[in-house]
Amino acid sequence: MIPAAFEYRRAGSVDEAIELLGSDPDAKLLAGGHSLIPLLRLRFARPSLLVDIGRLEDLRYVRDDGDRIAIGALTRYADLATDPMLAERCAPLAEAAALVGDPQVRHRGTIGGSVAHGDPASDLPTILLALDADLVARGPDGERTIPAGEFSSGMFETALGPQDVLTEIRVPPATGTYLKFVRREQDWATVGVAATRLDGRVQVGLTSMGATPLRARGVEEALADGASAAEAAERAAEGTAPPSDVSGSAEYRAHLARVLVRRALEAL
Amino acid sequence: MSVLGNRVLRKEDARFLRGEASYVENMPMEDALHVTFVRSLLAHARIDGVDTSAAEAAPDVVAVLTAADLDVGTFGPPPHLHGLNAAMTRPLIAGEVVRFVGEIVAVVVAKSRAAGADAAELVMVDYDPLPVVASAAEAAKDEVLLFPEAGTNVAGRAGSPEHDEALFEGCDVVVSGTLISPRMAPCPLEPRSVVATVDDDGLLTVWTPSQTPHHDRFGIAGMLGLDPAQVRVVSPDVGGGFGAKQLSTEELLLGWVARRLGRPVRWTETRSESMVALHHGRSMQLDFTLGATREGKVLAYRVDILADAGAYAVLGSFLPNLTGLMASAVYAIPRIEIDGRSVVTNTTPITSFRGAGRPEATQTIERAMDLLAAELGEDPVEVRRRNLIPADAFPYKTASGATYDSGDYERALDLVLEAAGYDELREEQRHRREQGVPLQLGIGVSAYIEISNPVGETEYGDVEITAEGTAIVRTGSCVHGQSHETTFAQIVSDRLGLPIEKIDVHKGDTAEIPKGTGTYGSKSTQLGGSAVRGAADAVVEQAKALAAEYLGDADPDLEPAMWADLAARAAADGRLGELKASHEFTSPPSFPFGAHLAVVEVDVETGKVDLLRLVAVDDAGTVVNPLVVEGQVHGGVAIGAAQALYEAYSYDEDGTPLTSTFVNYAFPSAADLPSWEFVEMETPTPNNPLGAKGIGESGTMGSTPAVQSAVVDALSPFGVRHVDMPVNGENVWRALQAAQA
Amino acid sequence: MTKVAITVNGERREAEVEPRQLLVYFLRNQLGLTGTNVGCDTSSCGACTVLVDGESVKSCTVFAVQADDTEVTTIEGLAENGELHPVQQAFHEQHALQCGYCTPGFVMAAVSLLRENPSPTEEEIRLGLEGNLCRCTGYHNIVKAVQAAAEAGS
Repeated sequence: MIPAAFEYRRAGSVDEAIELLGSDPDAKLLAGGHSLIPLLRLRFARPSLLVDIGRLEDLRYVRDDGDRIAIGALTRYADLATDPMLAERCAPLAEAAALVGDPQVRHRGTIGGSVAHGDPASDLPTILLALDADLVARGPDGERTIPAGEFSSGMFETALGPQDVLTEIRVPPATGTYLKFVRREQDWATVGVAATRLDGRVQVGLTSMGATPLRARGVEEALADGASAAEAAERAAEGTAPPSDVSGSAEYRAHLARVLVRRALEAL
Repeated sequence: MSVLGNRVLRKEDARFLRGEASYVENMPMEDALHVTFVRSLLAHARIDGVDTSAAEAAPDVVAVLTAADLDVGTFGPPPHLHGLNAAMTRPLIAGEVVRFVGEIVAVVVAKSRAAGADAAELVMVDYDPLPVVASAAEAAKDEVLLFPEAGTNVAGRAGSPEHDEALFEGCDVVVSGTLISPRMAPCPLEPRSVVATVDDDGLLTVWTPSQTPHHDRFGIAGMLGLDPAQVRVVSPDVGGGFGAKQLSTEELLLGWVARRLGRPVRWTETRSESMVALHHGRSMQLDFTLGATREGKVLAYRVDILADAGAYAVLGSFLPNLTGLMASAVYAIPRIEIDGRSVVTNTTPITSFRGAGRPEATQTIERAMDLLAAELGEDPVEVRRRNLIPADAFPYKTASGATYDSGDYERALDLVLEAAGYDELREEQRHRREQGVPLQLGIGVSAYIEISNPVGETEYGDVEITAEGTAIVRTGSCVHGQSHETTFAQIVSDRLGLPIEKIDVHKGDTAEIPKGTGTYGSKSTQLGGSAVRGAADAVVEQAKALAAEYLGDADPDLEPAMWADLAARAAADGRLGELKASHEFTSPPSFPFGAHLAVVEVDVETGKVDLLRLVAVDDAGTVVNPLVVEGQVHGGVAIGAAQALYEAYSYDEDGTPLTSTFVNYAFPSAADLPSWEFVEMETPTPNNPLGAKGIGESGTMGSTPAVQSAVVDALSPFGVRHVDMPVNGENVWRALQAAQA
Repeated sequence: MTKVAITVNGERREAEVEPRQLLVYFLRNQLGLTGTNVGCDTSSCGACTVLVDGESVKSCTVFAVQADDTEVTTIEGLAENGELHPVQQAFHEQHALQCGYCTPGFVMAAVSLLRENPSPTEEEIRLGLEGNLCRCTGYHNIVKAVQAAAEAGS
């Protein structure tokens, strides 16, 4: 379909983007566009102004900062999936990025765009949650760091204000895996499970098990108490509210979560 | 040397590969106005009023038309299909009632597509919701009627409601069950696009990606009160049809609007629009009972068919007749009873989608045979073998009234088992079962038969030699992916002795092709191919007469130099017309058949199914071009496997579609399917000079039941006897839960 | 309206576009390059795939304004001096097209795939084409075409 009409401005810098966002309450940022444009085409979203930050090349990087890996918000899924340093130092994130969408989508979609969009069916926010990532945003009042655990507040709702621009994502080095259960390869996850090992602890994130990406606290608790992978996985659905839709019922999703958590933990 | 039967590469590829194809959407037509349809978001409601004022005032809007503006009748079921409820006709624009989500309630005409899309949102429709029947089972109760004046929701019947209580007499074993064949959306990659213009002489020309331009021409003329001579339909390059691209409400409306406004108009559907507006396929529930002796010889079979017609009685309502006709498939079953009903529901109308009623027949009998084998504790392949119609029994008349022309069903079965390595597969399965691993193997075999040219039709063809000694072939068939530009050229090449490069096949323009029935029902090679062959033979006879005169040789070698010479001479004398002939060919149905074997890997913890292999033996008689035939089988098998594993178009109880985009509707990609294994087999038919049957739909027949059978087979050690389609994911998990409860 | 300058198939094209105009419609309607097709409205089918700066992109999910100052290659720009590109040739030889509607998108996706992975396995090809849908071919011959093109290229 044809999107509803909107104004368009290209921002030459993050500060300009912040200013432009402030000029119109119905403004939205446009990065890779692969979360936003599908909504515009079906007229599910009708921003009056699109602020294009897609050309801010200095927000596209994957950098080894020692105890953290710094990733520019405009880094594309394809960049993450093929970055050799990331594959070595934070494999679960590289793995998850390679599973998003399809090759064409991965050539355009960005990590910042995915995270800011706040769709609980997205893969990267779950991995970032399981990694205790830090999300750096800049707004009219300056820069702030938001821990991943405080970032998602609801379906398509995040801690970002209307004038905030996500600039960087910082993840710890970690091992782990991301398992994505799909009907078809190009689908969103029916259920996704991120299991990471960092600083000796195991953290587990869940995709499509609620209105936001969730930590499987029951599983983590059980593991900390010495439970086996199979035992801990039995608690995978605790505290979740999975949806029922054409990809699966809530009951089925809960079952899948238990199986996938067990498998992810066994793979650690 | 004849090219018939050879793997000839396609003549038509260049334009498609270079991006120079002539799909309707590619036509320039800068001065055309753009049509946008306003469609109902409710499944069943009275329309209390339509307020078009805001839309009419929107920028660049030329007109907004509603039912109040209509001066034509309703769109009824195809007249040649008997027994359909004539009260269930469809107004082109809904005026009093909407009966499905997607029904047209207004037509916006604007100077650009964007302006039309913007204005369409401003049309305000005042709906008074009515109770919704979203399933055939609900509709069959006749409590909520879609057409109160009809007094029932039954759109069509097949077979007979009379049940013989003694049908299963003598049967030691009786098995029964329910097969649900899920609704599918056809999903041709090209969304429909229509252009309509009226010239100064009042000729209405409609460009439309239709499989049936001649039918459409008569339909449009009839609906608009025109002489067919005043209507021209042009079907250029078509991006897939699968049975669904035939005369439609939208096409009729474009013609009507063009005449009403006196301006050229065009429309292209969005995919989401197509998913509700382009008619759907399948959606049948078949309750079956099969009775056999304890030796496994089937004696009796009963099928009660409850078919979903969708909101209006169109082609789909007729399909239970074909399902019933083909119910016993490849098996010799002496007693058959069919009771079929097609009922209207508040959903998209059902049409003939690739297979059109026959896959459902095979899906059901194959499920029944598997249940019989399980009941007897025998190998499902052996139980089938015991009941196959033998190779020396043709022509064979079934108890359901079909006369099969030719076949060797046991050979097809043996070929598929050999090609698949059946014994090795069973060994691997045994091994995995012993190990109790989460990934279990399932093997499913289906023997099938199909009826092509199902209502025994006619096709037109002509052949004309040009002044340069090349040939133009005109066919009433209407290709939309099946490679006729090459295969029909091959057929004519074989008769004329001209290379295919010198033979141009024309189709689709009713102004150029005098008559035709179009392409559907897998009939084009046997009918259209035979027609052009007959026309070519007639040209050869006429050429011989001319050659006697001009070349002193009444039996010249048929080769390019002779044709060039003869044509030049004839042209110089104004006698080129003697090197043109037409032919119409009619034949009864023919019966392609085969056997498919599926190998699946089922993750018994998650329910996820991976189709590892699909081995297909498909016999469609004489093969004109093996490359093309294989391609048709690949595509058919992909659709068959997709129904078994992925695609199930669904609605909620309010009749709102839940799968109306390519995100929700699980149309699989290459990553979701394996490579196919094709085994050739050719048992010619006596019905036409080519010996060819139809291959187009065969792939959908055996693949779906083979996959369903394979998944049930994988789960049988866990006590599972049946899994509903899609046999993947949650349905598998629930079947396992239920069996272990 | 916004001014854009996009190099399409080697030729610099300047135009005024509405911001909401998608790249695919810019190519089709303003430049008359109707080889790139629209098959869906949810970025699922890949019929609209073109190359932007050498990488496969769904042109229905990019606004023309976003493609300003980039190099776009469409199906019309693949053949060189009238000679079919090896991928196009392979599609022909392997009978990897029937109705042809999905074909330009598949060809462009395959070109991009082979640039990134010149010797893919069958599985890598199938996964690499997960963003393209075809209803006619059942994918079998498309996969064979990509394998043949890979072999021809090596």
